[in-house]
Amino acid sequence: MVSKSVIQEQMAKQEYKYGFVSDLDEDTAPKGLNEDIVRLISRKKNEPEWFLEWRLRAYRHWLTMKEPKWSNVTYPPINYQDIIYYAAPKPKKPVNSLDDVDPEIRNLYAKLGIPLQEQERLAGVAVDAVLDSVSVATTFKDRLAELGIIFCSFSEAVQEHPDLVRKYLGTVVPFNDNFFAGLNSAVFSDGSFAYVPPGVRCPMELSTYFRINAQDTGQFERTLIIADEGAYVSYLEGCTAPIRDTNQLHAAVVELIALDNAEIKYSTIQNWYPGDKNGKGGIYNFVTKRGKALGANSKVSWTQVETGSAITWKYPSCILQGDNSVGEFYSVALVNNYQQADTGTKMLHIGKNTRSTIISKGISAGYGRNTYRGRVQIHKGATNARNYSQCDSLLIGSTCAAFTFPDIQVQEPTAQMEHEASTSKIGEEQLFYCQARGITPEDATNMIVNGFCKQVFLKLPMEFAVEAQKLIGVSLNLEGTVG
Amino acid sequence: MLEIKDLHVKVAGKEILKGIDLSINDGEVHAVMGPNGSGKTTLAQVLAGRVTYEVTGGTARFEGKDLLAMKPEDRAREGVFMAFQYPVEIPGVSNAYFLKAAVNAIRKYHGREEIDAMDFVTLVQDKAKLLGLDETFMKRGLNEGFSGGEKKKNEVFQMAVLEPKLCVLDETDSGLDIDALRVVANGINAMRSPKRAMLVVTHYQRLLDYVVPDFVHVLVDGKIVKSGDADLARNLEKHGYGWILEETPRPPQAARA
Repeated sequence: MVSKSVIQEQMAKQEYKYGFVSDLDEDTAPKGLNEDIVRLISRKKNEPEWFLEWRLRAYRHWLTMKEPKWSNVTYPPINYQDIIYYAAPKPKKPVNSLDDVDPEIRNLYAKLGIPLQEQERLAGVAVDAVLDSVSVATTFKDRLAELGIIFCSFSEAVQEHPDLVRKYLGTVVPFNDNFFAGLNSAVFSDGSFAYVPPGVRCPMELSTYFRINAQDTGQFERTLIIADEGAYVSYLEGCTAPIRDTNQLHAAVVELIALDNAEIKYSTIQNWYPGDKNGKGGIYNFVTKRGKALGANSKVSWTQVETGSAITWKYPSCILQGDNSVGEFYSVALVNNYQQADTGTKMLHIGKNTRSTIISKGISAGYGRNTYRGRVQIHKGATNARNYSQCDSLLIGSTCAAFTFPDIQVQEPTAQMEHEASTSKIGEEQLFYCQARGITPEDATNMIVNGFCKQVFLKLPMEFAVEAQKLIGVSLNLEGTVG
Repeated sequence: MLEIKDLHVKVAGKEILKGIDLSINDGEVHAVMGPNGSGKTTLAQVLAGRVTYEVTGGTARFEGKDLLAMKPEDRAREGVFMAFQYPVEIPGVSNAYFLKAAVNAIRKYHGREEIDAMDFVTLVQDKAKLLGLDETFMKRGLNEGFSGGEKKKNEVFQMAVLEPKLCVLDETDSGLDIDALRVVANGINAMRSPKRAMLVVTHYQRLLDYVVPDFVHVLVDGKIVKSGDADLARNLEKHGYGWILEETPRPPQAARA
């Protein structure tokens, strides 16, 4: 059928434009994992004793855990002894300002289009860039400091703000939470830390850009964000990785804590290398993200656009502990070629009058497998809790697949639950209609997909929304769509 | 403007059009009428370039160019517009966004710059008024949840904005109540011009009471069996298609299989 080939043509080979490798001199640990490696990482980071102890406890517990097998993805066994757990670019001298950052690193970020310099002042984005495992430059720190906002690398937070780290680390995602969170707790080498003091509204979007550079490295970063009473912060996270034949593991942990009347908005654009069109290479993105709406009237909101990674295993969740707290999850997950995604959310309603909203948009093309997995739990005592869930799947072509596994557990008779789901397919009729108006099938597909995602894109900060739209076009490899 | 010669078309292996000859000049309005299953929609779709319709013989030239060799989007860009009998819905893509994309795709093809946002608004407002469409209409998803009447109005509205050279209207009157029919017909009539031609495909006479054609062709079993002026359509309405069939020698039974 001609119509079928029109659609398939558009999904042809994937172009991953961030697939360059930077030639940096890396300070690298030997492959494999044992207590010595954990100690080495801790020593490299000059961590206090209590922190090392915490890592070791995590490591010892991790040894007793098994890799989860319940997700709807398949991959060959991972050899955890064949991974390098620490790789830091060697700085030529201590990094005090942007000018001191290795020009090679800055070139790399320039290629990614990250505004590390003056433009970012205009863009109003404060970037904490994490390359492999070390945060290379944190900008805007001074301006934020005037407001009492702490925004720095995790390592720095351990040194400079140990009390805050000690108070909140692992309170949302404990090291015994799951296999990958345990691994992360033992070996994570850096990440981002943000603290917004009471009553302060963070005036700019905080942003971290993660990138995996060294071969065979796992990236295990950790993010901890705390919004104190009445504070507000919006945080952006973007990710890319160079093209490699082998698979790389990315097991991050993100913890968000919102106290009374505080709000945290966390947006992600995940564009890790997805593997080539035959499914070779690509990132395994096994991430634990969770927010605790701890205080009364607090709010945690997740927005994610997932277009990359060979495998995505990720469920940004909300623990709605405070009364009247609100949790939100807006997600677009796109799989093409042989990508697999098992993603969704958990909304745990504990406090009274808690509300949650889930909008999940899954797009499957090529031989991609896309799974939405969601759990909504209304605990006893969470009176008048409300949840609205909407899961939509869009199929492009006839070789992809979409799955939905909603799990709803209600222990409170006053709860109100709504769940809607739909599956649709971009049809020859839709494409022809657009063509009959002068629009190419590639542009039409892009338009239809973006229309499908609109509800979620509207939740993204403006500049991120534009990037997300472009990324969707690139990920489907629709010729001539961007521009 | 359009020159169709001995056009044969198959759909799913079955021959639907069995040798169509039709010549349309600038400024002319032609109506094609015929009973259900006679091939009217096939003719419209094949001119617009639907891939599921397989051309097995004959030619169609648009302004001297080989229309059948062109991709559907290029036909649209050259100035062929088809108003669909069943317009599709595209949720989340607003009418305004879609139409602007279409306008710009056509402009780009002709080496022109993209339309200025303000110019687009002005262009659209004037045309929308013509069809009695309000501002909220532009913000709604493309045909998303539209009534049958709204969808048809939207087709004519798009046609008015895109200003094609050749308008092919596929049963644009079907499913319209009398008020909507009048609005749609006014929209079509406003587009009549010495430089533009129209091919109006319809089952009923009633649209042709408003949009009076210069020529009427009767399509039966994949062939034009009679051509005439507007009176032909009125006679058809009075006597039914049976009247034509009695007058016309029936094709051999085997061809109907």
